[in-house]
Amino acid sequence: MNLSSEDVQAIALTLQLASVTTVLLLLLATPVAWWLAHTRSAWRAPVASLVALPLVLPPTVLGFYLLVALGPNGPIGQFTQWAGWGTLAFSFWGLVLGSVIYSLPFAVQPLVNAFEAMGPRPMEVAATLRANKWDAFFTVAVPLAKPGFVMAAMLSFAHTVGEFGVVLMIGGNIPDKTRVVSTQIYGHVEAMAYSQAHGLAGVMLVFSFVVLLGLSWFNRRSHQRQKVGA
Amino acid sequence: MNLRLFLSVAGVWLCAATHAGEVTVAVAANFTAPMQKIAKAFEQDTGHKAQLAFGATGKFYAQIKHGAPFAVLLAADDETPARLEKEGLAVAGTRFTYATGRLALWSKQPNLVDDKGEVLRSNRFQKIAIADPKLAPYGAAAMEVIDKMGVQANVMPKLVQGESIGQTYQFVSTENAQLGFVALSQIWFDGRITQGSAWVVPQSLHTPLKQDAVLLNAGKDNPAAHALLKYLQSDAAKTIIRTHGYALDH
Repeated sequence: MNLSSEDVQAIALTLQLASVTTVLLLLLATPVAWWLAHTRSAWRAPVASLVALPLVLPPTVLGFYLLVALGPNGPIGQFTQWAGWGTLAFSFWGLVLGSVIYSLPFAVQPLVNAFEAMGPRPMEVAATLRANKWDAFFTVAVPLAKPGFVMAAMLSFAHTVGEFGVVLMIGGNIPDKTRVVSTQIYGHVEAMAYSQAHGLAGVMLVFSFVVLLGLSWFNRRSHQRQKVGA
Repeated sequence: MNLRLFLSVAGVWLCAATHAGEVTVAVAANFTAPMQKIAKAFEQDTGHKAQLAFGATGKFYAQIKHGAPFAVLLAADDETPARLEKEGLAVAGTRFTYATGRLALWSKQPNLVDDKGEVLRSNRFQKIAIADPKLAPYGAAAMEVIDKMGVQANVMPKLVQGESIGQTYQFVSTENAQLGFVALSQIWFDGRITQGSAWVVPQSLHTPLKQDAVLLNAGKDNPAAHALLKYLQSDAAKTIIRTHGYALDH
């Protein structure tokens, strides 16, 4: 396998992007998922659909809207300029924003499932034992929903690593800032540097397979544990 | 369907097909607007129909290599048609330059770009977009201009790359980049820049952006394909090509 220093740089940047995105996603997706799992509001269906949109929208549509929104005349661009951050396109944080939106359903859905599977009982019991809501959430709900958190984290991470269209459209292909593995592979293929493309593509293939394999092992183990517990 | 009706419809269709043919053309994305007009005029003048597919020349090359049924390629460069001919995928002796692309430094802001490109030495921009020089001829030409003007130190840290000249245009058009090297054809119509400010880069600053056409093997015996290649060199076609900001040096 031949990986150039630029390839290694792209791998490092991709891992960094996926890590930051995953942490932010867990923070953001937890309250959203909790609300979706418990609310009876009429807004539930529209919000759930909005969160699931990145699943069905082509990344080019997301990327195009982001490019327009991030620009100096777009709503996000106006806000970031007002806040003194300049515009976010072609920057690492621009990619983070894009990735958070792009991978949002992969973080929210497993958490919703986990919170729903838990049912209202554990929180009710915690309340009768005079735990306040936050206390109950962190000492009862989070441990019970742990498989959901692990799954959300793994899926968000893997999905961000595999992100391509959005990065291509708002990244600008800057080494060490926005050139990730998938866009680097694309560049190799387009430039007909097939042997270099093979090296990186192989890394990507193995990584994705290992993540999925890990997920299915983890799933089986937590299912078995639930059965034993029940 | 009634058999007799079917036969008569099929007969009429076959008759029409012998007179008016059809040709499938792979067209470089930067040539989209003029080619749509040329295809219309071509159909009116000859009765032949041109089916157009627009895209990146490199992708077309890979597709043609793997048996895509294009009869004619209008490339964004002169290397790809030559390579196809050398590899026996195109008909020898059919290559010609149908248009020469012009490079422009463009901004959406009305007064940012002066008519000598001096803005490249200034600090009046934070980001400048070019097409990936490894993938797009317009990107390679832009790099030559940056080198020749000796503005690398000022420009390189602000450089962002689009994967194609189309994406480069997007970056500038959404003002995420204040400046960019785009194809003149993207911002030019009928002798004028359509919006913002631009410097039409002198051709002496870069290798000519020759865009060549070639007859592919799939079109060897297709009269419509031969007719289209001839039509591209007609005065009617040349007028359309010039209107869209291309040079013609033949």
